[in-house]
Order: sequence, then structure tokens, then C-alpha cells
Amino acid sequence: MEDDEDRVFKALADPTRRLLLDRLFERGGRTLGELESQLEMTRFGVMKHLRVLEQAGLVVSRKVGRTREHFLNPVPIRLIHDRWIDKYTEGRVAALADLKTELEGTA
Amino acid sequence: MTTTVQEKTAQVYQVFIKANPEQIWDAITKPEFTERYFYGSRIETSPERRISLAPDGSRRGDDATIEFDPPRKLVHEWRSLWDPEAAPEPTSRVTWEIEPGEDGVSMLTLVHDHLEASPKTAEGVAGGWMRVLSGLKTLLETGEPL
Repeated sequence: MEDDEDRVFKALADPTRRLLLDRLFERGGRTLGELESQLEMTRFGVMKHLRVLEQAGLVVSRKVGRTREHFLNPVPIRLIHDRWIDKYTEGRVAALADLKTELEGTA
Repeated sequence: MTTTVQEKTAQVYQVFIKANPEQIWDAITKPEFTERYFYGSRIETSPERRISLAPDGSRRGDDATIEFDPPRKLVHEWRSLWDPEAAPEPTSRVTWEIEPGEDGVSMLTLVHDHLEASPKTAEGVAGGWMRVLSGLKTLLETGEPL
């Protein structure tokens, strides 16, 4: 079964979807029409990518009057950072600390 | 991390948390919880005001509560008092919405808007909300601050 993290990694594994996220980072609240005009892609194609991003929680859309505005939600990326990046940077620091102890101990 | 071009008029954040709405509400409105994930701030929210104190006792925030509807919706004004450039900007607005879901997982949505005339405030909070919500989720799901 796909979990939240799988959906985020899969959503990020596509250059068009990363481009959409960059556009929404620059300015949130864009409509489908605005996003579509910046990509050489059909409306249907953009909608499909937006749906994948929304399912991964990376894009949140809100209905404002008659239009739907899209916002980048960076929280899932932060959670992956906390879960994966922090862990391995900590590991490297610990490995260096162990190395130092070992080298200094045998010196 | 640069957040200089982050959207200036509204910011929307969303996170799923394995906790019920009452637990999330308490974590947002009670200082003994907020100090563990909100940059050490002790934030007390009443139906009238939301007051945020730094660990040294200085005021990081002192704003009016607009809507206080436990455990589903909290709306309050926002001024970034700790930031000398952002503090004089017009008051903005923060909306917290908690929706219960399946399997004890609730969805928390935070919207920070009315930022049109407050670009320094918008820039200052952009990375902060992400960290706060990630920290809130971790605290509620593991009992440990990040």
C-alpha cells in the first residue's frame, strides 16, 4: 500500500511537477489557467499533474469565488527533511566523532 | 534557506496528524504544548486574545482572537512583534482549521492571509510555519519535540 511518503517521492519524481511547485513557490494562489499558460502542455495534462501533487499534499487548492487557487504546501517536504536528511547528517557527524575517538585513542 | 519570493498575499499549509481534534486544539492553544514546538514560545489563546511569550518573557505576539470555536476553528490577528522590520506592518490574519478524518487522523489547515500590505511579515513567517507544523505533528504523534 502506498503511504504518504511514497506519494510525495513519486510526485517529486517528475520534472513538470517540480516546475509547477517552483511556480507556486514564486507566487501562490495561481489558477489552473495561469499555470497552464506557463507550460507547453494541455489543460488536461496540467490538471493531471496537479492532481498527483494534491494527493501527495504538496499542493492545496482553495475555491475563491468562481476560481480555484493553488498553493504550495511545503510541510510534506519538511517532514521528509526531518525524517531522512536530519537522520543521515546526524549519522555522519556521529561517524566522524567515532573516528576521532578511535584515532585519538590509538595515537 | 531562502524564502524571499514566497507568495505575498496568502500562505496555505496543511498537515495530517494522528490525533483527535481536541488534542490538536490543546496543542495549539495551551502554552505548555506550544513551548515544545513553537520556537519555545509560550502561547496562551483565549476567546479574546492570543499572547505569545518568548522564553525570556518578552512578547513575541499580542493579538486579538477573531473566532474561537474549539476544537474546530481558531482565527486570530497576527503581527510579528519580534521582528523590527515586520512589526510596524499592517495586522494580518491566521486561520487554523481542524477536520477529523478516518482512523484517528485529523487534517490541520493553516491559512495566513491579509498579507497584501505586509511583505516583511509574509517573508518572515514562510519558513516558520512549515517548521511549526512539522514540529506540532511530531510532538503529537511521538510525544517528543523535534
